[in-house]
Amino acid sequence: MAGLELLSDQGYRLDGRKATELRKVQARMGVFAQADGSAYIEQGNTKALAVVYGPHEVRGSRSRTLNDRAVINCQYSMATFSTSERKRRPHGDRKSTEMSLHLKQTFEAAVLTNLYPRSQIDIYVKILQSDGGNYSAGVNAATLAVIDAGIPLRDYVCACTAGFVDETPLTDLCHAEESGGGTSLAMALLPRGGHIALLQMDARLHQDHLETLMEAAMTACKSISKVLDQVVRQHLQEVSALTGE
Amino acid sequence: MLKSKTFVKKTRSGGVMKIVREHYLRDDIWCGTEGCVECKQEETVLQKDVHIESNLCSFPHYLLPDTNVVLSQIDILEDPLIKNVIILQTVLQEVRHRSAPIYKRLKDILHDKEKHFYTFTNEHHRDTFIEREPGESANDRNDRAIRVSAKWYSDHLKKALSEEEIQIVLLTNDRGNKEKAVESGLLTYKCEEYVKSLIANPELVDRLALTDDDKNEITSSKVLFPEHLPLSRIQAGIKSGAFQQGTFRASRDNYLEATVFVHGEGDQSTEVLIQGLQNLNRSVHQDLVAVEILPQNQWVAPSSVVLQDEGPKEDDATEEVEAEKTLKSAAGGAESRKPTGRVVGIIKRNWRPFCGMLFLSQIKEATRHLFTPADRRIPRIRVETRQAATLAGQRIMVAIDGWPKHSRYPNGHFVRSLGCAGDKDTETEVLLLEHDVPHQDFSQTVLSFLPKMPWSITEEDMAVREDLRHLTVCSVDPPGCTDIDDALHCRDLPNGNQEVGVHIADVSHFIRPGNALDQEAANRGTTVYLTGKRIDMVPELLSSNLCSLRCNVERLAFSCIWEINDKAEIVKTRFTKSVINSKASLTYAEAQMRIDDTNMNDEITKSLRGLNSLAKILKRQRIEKGALTLSSPEVRFHIDSETHDPIDLQTKELKETNSMVEEFMLLANISVAQKIYDEFSECALLRKHPAPPPSNYDILNTAAKSKDLVIHTDTAKALADSLDAAQVDGFPYFNTLLRILATRCMMQAVYFCSGMDSDFHHYGLASPIYTHFTSPIRRYSDIIVHRLLAVAIGADSTYPDLMDKHKQSALCNNLNYRHKMAQYAQRASVAFHTQLFFKNRGIMNEEGFILFVRKNAIIILIPKFGMEGTVFFENKNKPSPKLTFNQEATTLTVEGHTFNMFDKVKVTISLDASNIQHQKIRMSLVEPVILGVSVAPSEDNQPKAKKAKLDG
Ligand SMILES: [Zn+2]
Repeated sequence: MAGLELLSDQGYRLDGRKATELRKVQARMGVFAQADGSAYIEQGNTKALAVVYGPHEVRGSRSRTLNDRAVINCQYSMATFSTSERKRRPHGDRKSTEMSLHLKQTFEAAVLTNLYPRSQIDIYVKILQSDGGNYSAGVNAATLAVIDAGIPLRDYVCACTAGFVDETPLTDLCHAEESGGGTSLAMALLPRGGHIALLQMDARLHQDHLETLMEAAMTACKSISKVLDQVVRQHLQEVSALTGE
Repeated sequence: MLKSKTFVKKTRSGGVMKIVREHYLRDDIWCGTEGCVECKQEETVLQKDVHIESNLCSFPHYLLPDTNVVLSQIDILEDPLIKNVIILQTVLQEVRHRSAPIYKRLKDILHDKEKHFYTFTNEHHRDTFIEREPGESANDRNDRAIRVSAKWYSDHLKKALSEEEIQIVLLTNDRGNKEKAVESGLLTYKCEEYVKSLIANPELVDRLALTDDDKNEITSSKVLFPEHLPLSRIQAGIKSGAFQQGTFRASRDNYLEATVFVHGEGDQSTEVLIQGLQNLNRSVHQDLVAVEILPQNQWVAPSSVVLQDEGPKEDDATEEVEAEKTLKSAAGGAESRKPTGRVVGIIKRNWRPFCGMLFLSQIKEATRHLFTPADRRIPRIRVETRQAATLAGQRIMVAIDGWPKHSRYPNGHFVRSLGCAGDKDTETEVLLLEHDVPHQDFSQTVLSFLPKMPWSITEEDMAVREDLRHLTVCSVDPPGCTDIDDALHCRDLPNGNQEVGVHIADVSHFIRPGNALDQEAANRGTTVYLTGKRIDMVPELLSSNLCSLRCNVERLAFSCIWEINDKAEIVKTRFTKSVINSKASLTYAEAQMRIDDTNMNDEITKSLRGLNSLAKILKRQRIEKGALTLSSPEVRFHIDSETHDPIDLQTKELKETNSMVEEFMLLANISVAQKIYDEFSECALLRKHPAPPPSNYDILNTAAKSKDLVIHTDTAKALADSLDAAQVDGFPYFNTLLRILATRCMMQAVYFCSGMDSDFHHYGLASPIYTHFTSPIRRYSDIIVHRLLAVAIGADSTYPDLMDKHKQSALCNNLNYRHKMAQYAQRASVAFHTQLFFKNRGIMNEEGFILFVRKNAIIILIPKFGMEGTVFFENKNKPSPKLTFNQEATTLTVEGHTFNMFDKVKVTISLDASNIQHQKIRMSLVEPVILGVSVAPSEDNQPKAKKAKLDG
């Protein structure tokens, strides 16, 4: 018998979660001292690191400078040891370039770039271990890092994936579920206003199902935002305790 | 809410490539027991009041079987007596991994509300999950997991049930497992012990599969067969090239001979011959085996002798030695020797339950008997039963449990009885089972996906569909057809062109992808039409009611509408989901009458005439392009309405209206094929008909040559033309015979997925692309095509499997298999009814034509009945006449008389019922009269005058 049973008759997924349950999320902010902002996140077995530099003067070619807002520069990469098969990942392969572009679009929508005209913000995201939802983990880590860097955001940007199995939406897909065929939708959401910063899907899906799938993804994003919020508050408490304020 | 915080997280790894997966453990998995006060469950499955009477367990209890019990004793679990069973997730997963058919059966039981089988997700339960310990095998770990869960359950039930006490009974056949379970205080029995203790149902014992322990008792200790190699050595051997892997195909005529079909790369497939019991080494037809090729000096030629295993013999090999000697002496010369080998091991058994009959042991009071399967390729099976006297003379089913190396025959157990042999219902059941036609009643789960009655078309339906109720649509079908899947209309357009619509039942509206109803239909693949019986692909509510486009009711349809000019050229094609209201359900004859009756000028008739004239042009154009019109005589029985016995049989007659409907169905299929291929070039489900290789035509060429004619077979067009030209004066039936032969040369048309193949051509229809769209009620392929088309026009949504070419290709394989088997079953059904017919008629005299000439026989076609039979010139009890076979000219000379192909002969037809399992039609030669060969015509000369029964 080929394939895995993604959703059992009893309603459990491969790893024991129910359809709309998320994986365990753990995050830390300020993991590196040299960078302006940094964060590390674990969503299940997907582990991502994000580092932010800036805002600073535009480096390299001056022509990229924007007079009314900051330029956001994103770089996404995967560690060679991030998957079970060790692979050399040349810098700027197609997948990474695409992901970088997605991240850039996401954060252009979220960061109040108009506060920093003629400057640049660099966001580096590295996937240390990959188990599905790389983009989402990257976005969530980057959000924390951007907050850590003290750059004002419109709202938390939270990302989550959702898929569709047996007419049931599943949220926060793990690798086995992503590769099990079928639709996978990635969403980045500004939860307070319900604005979608990015929506990406690479398989066919009928529009009738899109709404249910998007709703599931949105609910998941909102749950993530609560976790991120807690992480930020806890981090603030720790930091303020240290500085004695 | 984020729930993950409450879970303990564990990871597990394994395999060659390290796979790390998360494994969440939960505290919200409930026990499923009615009346449990600890669990916060909404629904319960296991009953509070358990009634099963057992000598061993006089108290209420639930059963908890381990994996091996489920795998080997699924027949027991399926029995209605067995209820309230806990199936652990560990067990379910192991079963899924090890046997797909048993997994499906287990799932069916789990879905059956009456059975009260509960799946406990123990692997994700906080208290029942265990980790594999260092040095522990996966099997041992699973056994331990089962024991831990059983223990948890019994402790949980003690705590959680206030009044009654229900115990857990662990069923396992593994001795080690049992000991450990007893040690930890669990109530544990072997499945066999438990079943024997049941008071209510002693017959259940017969359905027990034999376990390893019992086998030793049954068989003598003498080792008859070489040991099978373990899988690891087989794999190593295959890798090194020492062994070959292939499908074992037993010979139908010789139980000591078989071939192993070795799949090579690409078209490089070879056949390895296996001869003799030792070399066959307990392989059963269709097993996947590993063979070792013998050194070339031990190669043999396939023997031409017929050897039936005459049993019942006890495990005595002497007779086999004799038989094998005969085999060797019968072998041909050195030039016909083939690669010969021996089976060294079994990679995968492909055992299914087999139909057959029990032959009672001569020893009275014996409980062990030999079972003879209906399929000659399957060996006899030894079964143990206490009901032998009742089962004698019945058709029964038996499953093989194993074949130990010291047993001449495999061991099996009785599954169920099908009824009296020779009985019409029984025989139908047998032929369905033997052709693997799924024919059980639809399960409750499947039926639950049917629309709720009373059903009507809703406003939402109307909103997304085109309202075509005003059109004069009608259907034309064979008489008595209740599953009408197509209807037609034709009307004049103001611009002088005509609008023709083909409206097909919108089955995909009712059958949604992936649900149990859909899976069942996909598995069945096709509706099977037997004589006097139909095995539906979809439940009757759909096939004969909601999807059937009957007249004067509103029905949902998928319409293909063309604008066609007077040269029958398509100006415009469109597809739409619609609502229609058929104005008339006609038979071919009724439609023909309307067209021919010049007095009738109503809308329906005008529409029919329009269709008919267009169809004629379309047909002509198609034939000009080289489409073939071949013929194969189809037999139809007139069935007595009371006794349901066939009372007359005749070949089906084709009317002009048959071809009218057919023409538009072809046109619709081609239009749809083009559309779905344009839209989904990778995953369109199409149908192709490959051109036959030239050698296939040999028989046709020799046949034509015998009448000094030449048949050109280079292209379909050439073949069609030369078939048309092939006429012999004073022999009008010759052309039909030739076309029957041409049909035999053809390849099988098959479904395929466009992304997996490059050759789409349909040879028979001379169309570059083709698919099946017009019969979704009775063919699953059409449902897929409907779904593809619906997505293409934005009327429905897609789903992953539809766009997955590998999955679709696998589906096509199943559909092709089911269609082939359905065809065989249909032929077997016709054959059985022909036998019934002749049984009631006695011996009859008929005229026929020689279709083929063989070494020792001629094959005769009786045009009146569309049936074929063989006249053998060799008879066991008589000295054989002088036979001279000329292969070149395909003639056979018998005692001075030469038989040519197409010769007209007279024969007597009778039923030979000497072998109750294999009754057959016997033909004997009457004319030409050959002394010592031909027989006298039957006295009871002609059958009673055919009753003037209208074909309707
Ligand atoms: Zn409970």
